[in-house]
This record gives sequence, structure tokens and C-alpha cells, in this order.
Amino acid sequence: MNETLPAKSTEVNPHLFAAKNSQAVFSEGLQEYTGTWDTAQVVHLLKRTLFGAKLTDINYFKGRTMQQAVDEILQQAPSPSGVPLNNYNVNGYTDPTGVAAWQTWINTGIALADKDLNEKRIESFKTWWLGQALNSTRSIHEKMVVFWHNHFATTTSVNTEKIKARFWYDHYLALRQHALGNFKNMVKSVTLDPAMLYFLNGDSNLKESPNENYARELQELYTVGKGPNSRYTEGDVKAAALVLTGHTVSPTGFTYFFDAGKHDSSNKEFSAFYGNKIITGYSGPGGASEVDELLDMIFSQEEMSKHICRKIYRYFIYYKIDNDIEQTIITPLAQVFRNNNFDIQPVLSVLFKSKHFFDMVYSSACIIKSPLDFVIDLCHEFNVTLPSPSDNAATYSVWQAIRFEAAEMQQELGSIPEVAGWYAYYQEPAFHELWVNTATYTRRNIFTDRMIADGIMYDNQTIAIEPLAFAGQLANPGDPNLLIDQSAEILLRYPLSASAKEFIKRSILLSGQLQDYYWTNAWDAYKANPSDMAARAVVLARLQALYKYIMNLPEYHLC
Amino acid sequence: MQRRNFLKQTIQGAVLPSILGGLSVRAWADSPLLKALGSADNDHVLVLIQLSGGNDGLNTIIPLEFYSDYNRIRTNIAIPENRVLRLNNNLKSGLHPSLTGMQQLYNEEKLCAIQAVGYPSPNGSHFRSMDIWLTGSDNEQYLSTGWAGRYLNHQYPNYPIGFPNDAMPDPLALQIGSVLSPVFLSPTGFDALAIDESLNFYNLIDAIQDPTPNTPSGVELTYLRTVAKQTNKYAEVIKAAAAKVTQQSAYPADNYLAAQLKAVAKLVAGGLKTKIYMVSMGGFDTHAGQVNGGNPLTGSHSGLLKQVSEAITAFMADLKFLGVSNRVLGMTFSEFGRRMQSNGSLGTDHGAAQPVFLFGEAVKQGVLGKNPIIPTNTQAIDNVPMQYDFRSVYSTILRDWFCLPPNDVDTVLLKNYQYLPVIRSTACNMDMQELNNLGDNLIINYPNPFTSSTTITFKSAGGHVLVQVFDTTGKRISTLVDKTYAEGTYSVVFDSGALASGVYYARLQNGPLQQVRPMLKVR
Repeated sequence: MNETLPAKSTEVNPHLFAAKNSQAVFSEGLQEYTGTWDTAQVVHLLKRTLFGAKLTDINYFKGRTMQQAVDEILQQAPSPSGVPLNNYNVNGYTDPTGVAAWQTWINTGIALADKDLNEKRIESFKTWWLGQALNSTRSIHEKMVVFWHNHFATTTSVNTEKIKARFWYDHYLALRQHALGNFKNMVKSVTLDPAMLYFLNGDSNLKESPNENYARELQELYTVGKGPNSRYTEGDVKAAALVLTGHTVSPTGFTYFFDAGKHDSSNKEFSAFYGNKIITGYSGPGGASEVDELLDMIFSQEEMSKHICRKIYRYFIYYKIDNDIEQTIITPLAQVFRNNNFDIQPVLSVLFKSKHFFDMVYSSACIIKSPLDFVIDLCHEFNVTLPSPSDNAATYSVWQAIRFEAAEMQQELGSIPEVAGWYAYYQEPAFHELWVNTATYTRRNIFTDRMIADGIMYDNQTIAIEPLAFAGQLANPGDPNLLIDQSAEILLRYPLSASAKEFIKRSILLSGQLQDYYWTNAWDAYKANPSDMAARAVVLARLQALYKYIMNLPEYHLC
Repeated sequence: MQRRNFLKQTIQGAVLPSILGGLSVRAWADSPLLKALGSADNDHVLVLIQLSGGNDGLNTIIPLEFYSDYNRIRTNIAIPENRVLRLNNNLKSGLHPSLTGMQQLYNEEKLCAIQAVGYPSPNGSHFRSMDIWLTGSDNEQYLSTGWAGRYLNHQYPNYPIGFPNDAMPDPLALQIGSVLSPVFLSPTGFDALAIDESLNFYNLIDAIQDPTPNTPSGVELTYLRTVAKQTNKYAEVIKAAAAKVTQQSAYPADNYLAAQLKAVAKLVAGGLKTKIYMVSMGGFDTHAGQVNGGNPLTGSHSGLLKQVSEAITAFMADLKFLGVSNRVLGMTFSEFGRRMQSNGSLGTDHGAAQPVFLFGEAVKQGVLGKNPIIPTNTQAIDNVPMQYDFRSVYSTILRDWFCLPPNDVDTVLLKNYQYLPVIRSTACNMDMQELNNLGDNLIINYPNPFTSSTTITFKSAGGHVLVQVFDTTGKRISTLVDKTYAEGTYSVVFDSGALASGVYYARLQNGPLQQVRPMLKVR
């Protein structure tokens, strides 16, 4: 932190005025960063692109250059090794299609109108999805899936009779397939995805009764957005809906299919925003290709690439996009996006290698962690012990527990309450401040307090932070000053002041004593004889208090 | 309400003439009598019920007088004429069959409906339209404050500095649920707290707080610290209020709206002085499957309306049981209504004007406004035309329920809107024009409203003083004062020059103190 910047009183809460009056001016743009590559930079990169900064990963990436680190993080991760399993044959229930406990359900029952079964399978899928994020390692891939999930926001809670769990699982795979690939391919894939066709009524968007739901969100949310430079009209929504008529889901095969008989084959006229384009209508199977022309037309709008870049910027850097950011960052980034034919990786590469990204004054420690980041980062950074993957029951219990914790904090993977995404990513002017209020701040504190104390128990499985193991991996835990420094380096992005560190050391590690050696002796005694219960208890209690204190700080919510 | 009568009886004569003019505020505020009574506003509570998704108004209030036209344009989802619920003293309109509880409330003269509420140039986006409803903006305006936030800021300009205090020990407003609505944004941040329907709070630690720099991370850290502090301060009063209510009447099970309203009833009866509560339920975006084919009395919409009706009915019964029913006014609203014509998926697409319900003991029975005229050649794109601006509903609530003087209503809503005759005049004793800005007024202006210039008077406690003027979008217009002042009272003239008429905020910052004063420029 630059200590020479003017201090501001802590009493006021003028976040609206402050953001506009902020005297911090960023001066760095998209040019490649060439400055210091040390712990602070590495931790910043990992907390933004991965689910947390584990010490082993910090050390690994410190041993590489900045460019190598970003390149490696942007690599696609291998496909998921497992599939969602039957975790719902409990309390006397058995799967009516005959799937045994801990076998996969994805291949059965798609024609069965069994709402109860479907809802159980949906829960299984969402739990499994959380597991994929929890098991992610050194790739941004799973985090990008969450980003695109927020972009093409859906919820499994509607229409549970019709939208089968298998469709949601396929939708997740499709998002994952394109997450670091090509955005235009992704939009086409989502447009024709059975889950989305059901979710936004594309399946009943027919020539004789067009349904505008998807056509509207395609423009308003997924491509050009609804900012002041996006001037698509209600007429464009109707015309796009007509282009999309006939793309539906086979009522027997439950796969996507194009029903030419339900496709409106008239010519579709678009507004001046789209250059008064007319998309020629075709009857027969040729009508299916009108959607490609529709996407070409939309993608040729400069506003489209800017809208996507703004979303990426808000997700990974900060929510404030004023004129300066728009000119210096968004506009050139959008150009990169277009120059690369809408491939996603080059945009991320330029952004994460930029001076702006590594601007430690402006771009660091300013994102309030989303609930998923909050809970998964804790598990990763503290190396929380998870059950063996071969123990399905234990594994699913733990995944479920973590999923519910994040859901209580208002982020449930797979169930986004608004079609525009989670509020934190779009609702002006507060954005990510909406994750934290008196209700959710409380829940976050309860979560961290339980994890550092007895842990969280779910279905007889307990997960907890092991503070002795965490401290033990640090370079010099016997030195109370270094213990605090090195712990803070991993756990906090906003630095602790000297007075805060002194207070923590004195009141927690030294229990009110003045000499550092009180802690050093206690630690050394434990190390010399780890099975000595008394020695262990002395250091454990203090480490628990230390990490509880750090996680209770408002600073802990920033990354 | 009794408090108001007490004031009227004991302080006529000598004190009343000095109410006139802005500068007498000091005399008023210094009155030990009034300090003892606390703020001179009333104990009325507003409950906002947000129905997210866009409620289909035409199937909620069915136009019996145009039934054949109604049936013609939405045959596949039309409610059968003989199943529409009839209303006392009204043959022209009826309610959806699921709304039996609300029909009963109507017939008991505790519920009214306002037809076709909307705004010019309606926006078909959920998010933009809801923002418009919550901020009270025009369709091309982007405001950074909510209408309720501006009202609360008007009542409690200092908040959160100096709060909680003896005059107002409780949260100004409460959102039941875990995301704060923009309706509560004021010029100084959110004026509401969020709490879930189980009313659980938790005690947090106090940590060392070093000053924060003026960077994005400093801004966000300041926000987080404020939330932590608020949680600590208000946890006790909310717990105490909830603990006072040990019994409530029955609420329907599996009804999230009912669970939220139950929590509201508990806190109102527990004695919180909180003025506004917000609850919500979603699911109203019925593009498809609004009814089940061949059976229009079932389907998603009928299920949703049933929940709304049962929740509101249980809430009203509980308020009566708890003895606080005369203090509460409720309002339902959505981001828009839906199209007149149904679509081919047994549903309706995004619309514009919608009916709004108000309920409570102070509400007048009636359906205000006419049934929408259904043209002979209706198109799929046709919407219910607007009859009443939604800000008229807010202005009516502010004047006739919160008893705000008309000038202040205009300041809060940024313009003058017509009043609607939906609230009984006994709710506010209209004889007395009272000031609402009690408490420490650190910055005031006179005259207010003004036409070209106004004198801003401010207090300094010593140290650096900043006085700035902002517009309603948050843009800074000018910095009038930026220097150190010894303790005392000072004045500066603000010349508005060629600025458009409307509301401007004078913001005072003096050390840790801050206050925002809304000023109204008129032609």
C-alpha cells in the first residue's frame, strides 16, 4: 500500500461519492507488465484467476516468469474425470429407473416425467459441479465456466418437470467446452442448447406463435448489451425471434432439432443499429442457417465486443468503468477480441499480462470475494483435508456442505436468481458490495469461525482448517513476526499495518507478554514432540485465535 | 397518531408561528419538549412487496365490463367469467380466482387497486424497468438513489453518522432477504439493513482500523467496515424486538412471502421504529405455462397469486392479532405488467402498465381508474396503456401516509406528481404542517425551494470543511467551500446559474461528520 496517499476518515460511508471522487488515478494500460515478479504479484494473480492462492502454487509460479505463469493458467484443464452420481438413494428412496447408489444417472430416465426424481438428480448435478470447482488446480478453466454461467445465467429451479437434469449437465459441458475457446461458437452452442431452449422458451418459439424471450436476452444480455451505445429496437427483438423459430427440442429424442415446418421463412428486417440488414428467410432445412447470419450481424457490432470485455473487466479487475477505463482498457481490449475472431484466450492473456492488471495501487485488493470464492479459497489456501475420491458418500457430503454454505451467502452454482446474472456483476451502483450486507457478512463470519474451531459437519463428514499444518508449511513459523507476515501474505491482499501486526502478536501469539521468545519456545516445544498434548494445545489455541482474527477482519473479504 | 394530537394540544400559540421559515428549525429542534418526544414524524410503516418477473395484470384484475374482448385476445389463458371473484360495489372488474383472501380484504374496505400504473416510454427489460420503479426515474434518466432512500435521507440526513441514537435507535428500513435493493440507496449509501426471515444476527469482533487510502481497495474496505459496524450496532435492538413477540397468528406453510411478512409483523409489533420494510417473491415472468392448457384455473400464475393472497391475508390477520394493524400500509408492485394478447406458449410477454394493490386499515375501498380498452384489432405487441404514473403512488404514500409536506414530497420524488385518492384523510391529520428535519441540522439552505440562488448555512465543529453541490446522478456540480473553519456557523451563497430545475444535494463534510441537504430549484 502506498502510504503517501491521503488518508480518509473511516467514519463516513459515502461509497457512492467516494468512488466518483477517488483521487487514485490509474496510469497503466494494456502494455505488457515488466515490473517486479514477487509474492505480492503472484498472490494477486492466483486469487483473481484461480480459486485461492495455495502456498505450493505460489512457490511454483514464483519459479516461473510472469508470462509463463499466465500462459499456464490460461491452459484448458483436462475434461472432468467423473460424472454426477446417484447420491439420492437415501431415506428409503430408490431411483425408479434402476440406477444404483453411486452409479451415474446421466444415461437414464430422460423420457420419464418424474419431477421428484428430476429434482434429486438436479441436486446431484449441482453438488458434482461444486466438486469440479473445488477440485480445480492451476487452470482458470473452472472459474471461466462460472463466469460464462453468470453471463448466460440460468437456474435449475424453474420448470423442473420439463428441464431434465441431464440437460443441465450437458449445458455445463458445453460451457466448459467453449469457456477458453471461441465466443461466437459458444453463443451458437448456447442458442441451440436444449437446456436453454427450454429455459428461455426457444422450444415454443414457433412460426405461428413467436416467443421473444431468448431473442431479447440474446441481444440485451449475451451480446450487445443494453448500454447507451446499444441501440437495438423492440423490432429487432421480434425479428430475431422469427429467425430463431423452429429451433427446438425433439419431443421424442430429447435432443436439439430444427423443425423446418415451424420456422418462419419470411425475410427479417432489422433496424438502423444493425445497418437495416435484411436476413433472407428460407423454408426447408436451409432456414436453420439464418441463425448464423443473425450472429454474424450481431457480432459485427463494435458494441458487442466492448460489452463482453466490460463484463470480463468487472469480473476480474474492478466494477468501475469510467471514461478513462473505457478508452484505455475496454476499447483496445475489444479490438484484441475482434482481431482474434472472438477467441477468448487472447483477451484474457492481454488483460492478465498488462500493467493495469499488476497496478498494485489501483487494481489490487479491490474485489469483494464472491461467496464461491470465499468458501473455496478458504479450502484451498488452508489445504483443508478432503475425503478420498474413492469414498463417494463422504465426497458428496463435503461438496454438498460447501455448496450450501455458498448458497446461504447468496450464490448457488446452477441457480442464478436473475437472467441478467448474479446482482453483484451488474447491479449499479453497488455491484459486488451487494454480496456483503448485515445478513451475509454475518454468515461469512459464522462460516470462518466454525471452520477454524471444530469445523463443519455434514452427514457425519467434518471439514476443518488445520492451523498447525498450515503454519507448519510456512518458512519460519517459530518467529512470531514472520509467522504473521507470511500468513498475511497468503490470506490477505490488503496489507496489515505495523500497529495491527503488533497488536496481533502481542495479544494473540504472546498472550500479553512482551518478548517474542514466548511464542518461539512454544512452537519449538511442539515441533520437538508433536504428540505431547500439552505442547500441542498451547500452540493450537494461539494459531486458532490468530487465524480467526485474520478471517474476521473486513480485509479478509478482499482479493 | 396519538403523539400528534398531544403536540397539537400543548404547543399551539407561541410556538406555531415560528414554524414558518427555514431558520426556525433551530428553535424547534432546541425545544426540550420535542427532544423528549423524539422526531416529530409518525409511527406509520410501509411494507413494499416486490413481485419480480412482471405480473400479468389483465389476469389479476379481469375487466368484466369488456369480458368478451378480454376473452377474444387471450382465449387460451382467459379466466372463465363465472369464476372471476366479484367485488362489493364494483361490477366492472373482478379478481383472479386465487385471490380469495384479497377479495375479502377488499370487501372489508382494507384493500384497493390502482389500474394501469406505469411510466411514459415503457422499457421491456426486467432490470431497467425495475430500476426505474425503484429509483423513481424517467425512462431516459439514470439515478443513483432510490425513492425510499431519498425519503429516508430526508428524514434522517445524518445517517449513518450518529446512528443509532435515542431518537432513532432502530434501523431506518429493513430488507428481508440477503441482497439490498437499490430502492434504499440514498446520497450517503444504503439506508437499510438486510436480514433474513429467520431474524438471526451474530456478534462480531471490533478490530483495529487504520485509515484507508482513496483507492478502489480503500473504498471497498471502508464499505466492508461499515457493514461490520452496522451489524454489531443493530443486532441487539432487532433481537430485543423479536423477543418481545412470543405468539403470532397462523401463516401458510411453504410460502416464502408469508415467512417474510411474518418476520415483518414480528418486528413491527416488537416495537421497532423502522419505517419501511421490503419483501419480495419471484416467478412472475410467465412467458410460457402461465396456465395449464384447458385448465386456466391452474398453472404457474394461479399458484403465484394464491401465495400472494394467502400471505397478505395472513399478514393482515396477524397485525390485527398483535394490535398494530393501524400502523401498516402495504403495496404490491412489479417491474411491468404483460401484453394484452397471450402468446402461443400459454403465456404472455413483457408488457408495460400494471395494477398496483394497496392494503391496510387506512386504505379506501375501490378500483381506481378504468379497465383498459381492448381495441378490435389488437396486435401481439400491444400493451395496456398507462393511466397513472407510478410516482403518483409514491407521492400519495409520502403525503397521505408518511404525512410529508407537499414541498418535501416534490424534493424526494424530484418533481411534482398528482395525488391519488386512495388513502383515508384521517391517516395524516392534515391540519398541522410540521417540519420533519429534526435532529442536528449541520447544513440547511434558504430559501428552499429556490429559483436562482440560495444561501447555504452550515456548522463547523472546527477543522477542515468541505461543502459541495451534486446533482441527482451523483455528478459534482461545484465545490463551494474547501478550507478550515473554527467552530461556528457560516454561510455561503450557491448561485445555480443556468442549471436545470430539479433537486440538487448540498453535501457537508467536516472531519468525520457528513450531512447531505436536498435543495429544490424551481422555475
